[in-house]
Parts: sequence; structure tokens; C-alpha cells
Amino acid sequence: MEFTEEQISRYSRHILLPEVGGKGQKKIAKARILLVGAGGLGSPAALYLAAAGVGRIGLIDSDVVDLTNLQRQILHHTPDVGRPKVLSGKEKIQALNPDVAVSMYEERLTAGNAIKIFNDYDVVIDGVDNFTAKFLINDACFFADKPLVHGGILRFDGRVTTIIPRKSACYRCVFKTPPPPGLVASCQEAGVIGVLAGIIGTIQATEALKLVLGIGRPLTDRLLDFDARKTQFREIKVKRNPDCALCGAHPTITELFDDGDPYAGCAVRP
Amino acid sequence: MQVKINGKAEEFPGGTVLDLLKAKKIEPQMVAIEINDAMVDREHLGTTQLKDGDRLEFLFYMGGGR
Ligand SMILES: [Zn+2]
Repeated sequence: MEFTEEQISRYSRHILLPEVGGKGQKKIAKARILLVGAGGLGSPAALYLAAAGVGRIGLIDSDVVDLTNLQRQILHHTPDVGRPKVLSGKEKIQALNPDVAVSMYEERLTAGNAIKIFNDYDVVIDGVDNFTAKFLINDACFFADKPLVHGGILRFDGRVTTIIPRKSACYRCVFKTPPPPGLVASCQEAGVIGVLAGIIGTIQATEALKLVLGIGRPLTDRLLDFDARKTQFREIKVKRNPDCALCGAHPTITELFDDGDPYAGCAVRP
Repeated sequence: MQVKINGKAEEFPGGTVLDLLKAKKIEPQMVAIEINDAMVDREHLGTTQLKDGDRLEFLFYMGGGR
């Protein structure tokens, strides 16, 4: 694969970086990155990955754009209200960079379709809003052996971490199971400061690009928590849990399942 | 005695992790807890005694993303 003159110009600020260069830019051009959720976190991730020249971006989302989304989901514009998010997202990605191929999955992620979809990608980005899906993505990445960049946002707080299955701590190593549905607020009730999606989503995109390029130190075995009120990051070291039901020594989860009610809770905080 | 919770020193009269959660009115099901960088199983919260100087991390679920 050779770049055209135009592509060399477009990606020149990448190519100038010794850690990227023409070789790294080709890796980016061959990369396939899946965004589960084309919403708050998926929006900035999709736009920066598109700008970076990622070869294929997959978008999974069964929703249509709602007016309440526009405060933070910058992939979608006012005229997109009522249109499928995957379609709106594909248009923005390709308007920004026609080099990028976009695969649309206008469906919910389930135990039935997850592994088949994940198999076609190199990195998975979690941009979903419920625990059932977050655990499902974690488990599917384990079974499909795909690196995962996990993210979450709520009110003024955000979190991001990278999970390399069988090598670093997984979501279940830390949290085991979804919280009991009765104890969690729904995302609609909870609220979120819109820019937080941009902060966490772009860190997720950074992690995905680093994984593709094989450079730097991934955000593995660390949870990076961000508090927008204080403009403060906090890093919490985590370790693989030998008793993890998924990736531990004696796993009890041996196949994918939908863990909990997908319409239950968004997040909890005392 | 004193323990560090999420980097902040706090006084605690002593007891188990569960006692500490109760004192702070935190539902055990809503939090993952690390003591001195090691995860504590939820089933062991009531039997894990805290020591002076223990460093605790309370990790709350963060589920949003859309
Ligand atoms: Zn695990």
C-alpha cells in the first residue's frame, strides 16, 4: 500500500513523528477499530480516529439521534435528530476523511452477535451507557482476544482503562458483576457535563491508536479517574484477580451471556 | 487509628472493612475495594480487619458513556 501525495500531506504531522512515521501511518491505515456506542464517548473517538486515518471504523448503535443527545454527542448535528446514529456517524466520519471505511451495525450488542462482530476488529472501544453492555463487552473481548479501551462518564466524573485480555486486569477482576439494579440511577436521571465525553473519549482514542502503533505504555492495570470539578486525574493501580470468574485460574464464565437488565442503571456514587 | 481512603487520611476507631463502610454509609454492593493495592473480595469485607496506616481505594461503578 502506497500513500498518494494528498495522503502524505494529510497525515504529515503524524509522519513527522519518529514514533509514527510512514510505517506507523500505514499501520493506522490498516487498523480496524470498533466503537460500541456512537454517543457521548463514541463521538469524539470516532472523529479523531477518522482524522487519524484509521482504515475501518465500526459503529454499533441501535438508537436514533435524540435532541437530548446533542449537548455532548458531537458526531450528530441538529438536522440528524430522528436519524439512525450509525448513519449520522458514518456521514460525519467520511466528510472528515473519505479514506476511512465505515461499517454500520444498527443493532444492540448481545451475547449472540458480539464475538462475530468483534472478530473483524483489532481494538474495541466501550462507549455504552449500561453495566450489562459493559460486562458483555469485557467478556466478549476476552473470548475474542481483542484489546479493549473501557470508558465511563457520569455527572462530573470520568474513568478510562485499557484491558488486554489474559495479560492485564479485566473489568470483572475489579468489579466482578454489575451492581444490583435497585441501587443505581439511570443515565437519564444522573446527568453529565457534556465536555467530559470529549475528555474521556479522546483518551480512549489515544489508547486505541497507541495499541495500533505498538508504542508507549498502555493504560493497563490502571484505572484513570478524572474529576472535572477539580480538574484532577487520579490513577488507581489494579491487578489481575486470580479468582476472576472470567480470566482467573478457575473461571466460572465459560461463554458469553447477557448479565443483567440492559435498561437498568447508569452509575453509582455515594 | 488512621487509614487513607482514596488518598485522603481519615480517622477510624478500628474494625473491619464492613464497619468502615457502615460508618460511611456506603452500600457494600456499590463499591469495589482495594487495600494496599490488593482487591478485597466482597464476601470478605466483614472479616477483613483494618490496620493503622492501611491504604484503601474505594472504586465506584461508573457506567455512563452516551
Ligand atoms: Zn478478569
